[in-house]
Amino acid sequence: MNGIIDLSILQVLTAYIFIAVLMIILRVKGIAREKEVLISSIRMTLQLVLVGYVLVYLFESMNPFLTLLVLLVMESFAIYNIIQQAKSPLSKELKKIVALSMVLGTLTSLLFFLFVVIQISPWYDPQYFIPIAGMLIGNSMTGISLGVNRLADGMKNQQPLVESALMLGATPKEAAKEVVDSAFDSAILPTINSMVGMGIVFLPGMMTGQILSGVSPVTAIAYQIAIMLGILGSVSLTVILFVQLGYKSFFNERAQLKTD
Amino acid sequence: MFSIEQVTYKNILSVPKLTIQEKEITCIVGESGSGKTTLLRMLNHLISPDQGSITFQNEDLMDMDPIELRRKVVMLPQTPVIFQGTLRDNLEIGLRFSDKTPPSEKELEETLERVKLRKKLDENAQNLSGGEKQRLALGRILLMEPEVLLLDEPSSALDDETESLIIQTFVDYAKMYNKTLIMVTHSKALAKKFADRILQVRGGEVHEWDH
Repeated sequence: MNGIIDLSILQVLTAYIFIAVLMIILRVKGIAREKEVLISSIRMTLQLVLVGYVLVYLFESMNPFLTLLVLLVMESFAIYNIIQQAKSPLSKELKKIVALSMVLGTLTSLLFFLFVVIQISPWYDPQYFIPIAGMLIGNSMTGISLGVNRLADGMKNQQPLVESALMLGATPKEAAKEVVDSAFDSAILPTINSMVGMGIVFLPGMMTGQILSGVSPVTAIAYQIAIMLGILGSVSLTVILFVQLGYKSFFNERAQLKTD
Repeated sequence: MFSIEQVTYKNILSVPKLTIQEKEITCIVGESGSGKTTLLRMLNHLISPDQGSITFQNEDLMDMDPIELRRKVVMLPQTPVIFQGTLRDNLEIGLRFSDKTPPSEKELEETLERVKLRKKLDENAQNLSGGEKQRLALGRILLMEPEVLLLDEPSSALDDETESLIIQTFVDYAKMYNKTLIMVTHSKALAKKFADRILQVRGGEVHEWDH
């Protein structure tokens, strides 16, 4: 395999010509989006440069505590993000359930993936630990975000259905079943869809990256298959934990739907 | 059977004292928004009063298992809910929810006959008209054979003739099997015709209505 062509700063700068062209088009067409395009380009550049240096530092220092610190930051950011992006404000109880299912679900999948599937050594090797944690946590975050909204909407819009079931002597679990199932569905559907289109509709980012950096496509594909299964496992586990614990927060101890 | 004491709920309902007798037909009348449905929901323990106590067979509702209670005291809401699936699914779901044995084919057919629904059991229930859905929901709770039936405006979507027939079915059923029937209705004529006792809810208070 050939090594990768190293990009010089000048070469990277030429890529900004895309942005310059876009800015001209926006100006000519009078579309008021110049500010957003500029800000997001600058943010992206700064964030990536920063994270590049952080990763270089992490890889060189090989410190288990730093790896765990990064994991903690990623989990916290993901949980914060889910809570912030929920369409309607979440109850305190539901926020706790979001945090609990994220931590339990992603950690279980991550540990299994790193130590059973890939078998990394030392256990904290940041080169594997950090990017894989990022992929599992990121995808699970998207899954729970979708699940949270569907669960909250469902419990609100389907209230007559849920209450009718209660009136007939159903347990809260049975009464909420339809809502819970649909929340689970909507949360894992994007992951399943992306698996179906993979390799035909698009080449996944991780695989493309590995191939560009000179790794044999066969190795890249092996990694991609493994990580996709890991992602599906992590998303399903976190979402199942979330919906199974989450629906309960809509009922009180007298098996009544909570008002307000 | 039910005994209500010093019960208040938000500023919707306030009941100093009220008892509802076993094996009687009790009709609750009153204008919309007066608190009739709230009273029914309390008896089904779908909501709890802010103050006071409600007992069922001398046991405080708050001390009972809410699910077990609702299996004895079943409620039908004013706008009946139709679950996904066929008429059969919709009839069976009450028994399924309350962990009882599924009905036989014959029982299902008889129930459709009782609520005057001339449809096939395997038809999709979503295609029924409003009145037919209401009758299907009524059939669902008839099959459950609960001790107490709480009906909230059970005939709001029915024409006068069907209304009378259906209510008659329930009254006969309650009398024959010694069940307690508590029914909210907008029609005083209906209440007069069928009730052993009529309660009037007005401005959040419950009064005996002499007729």
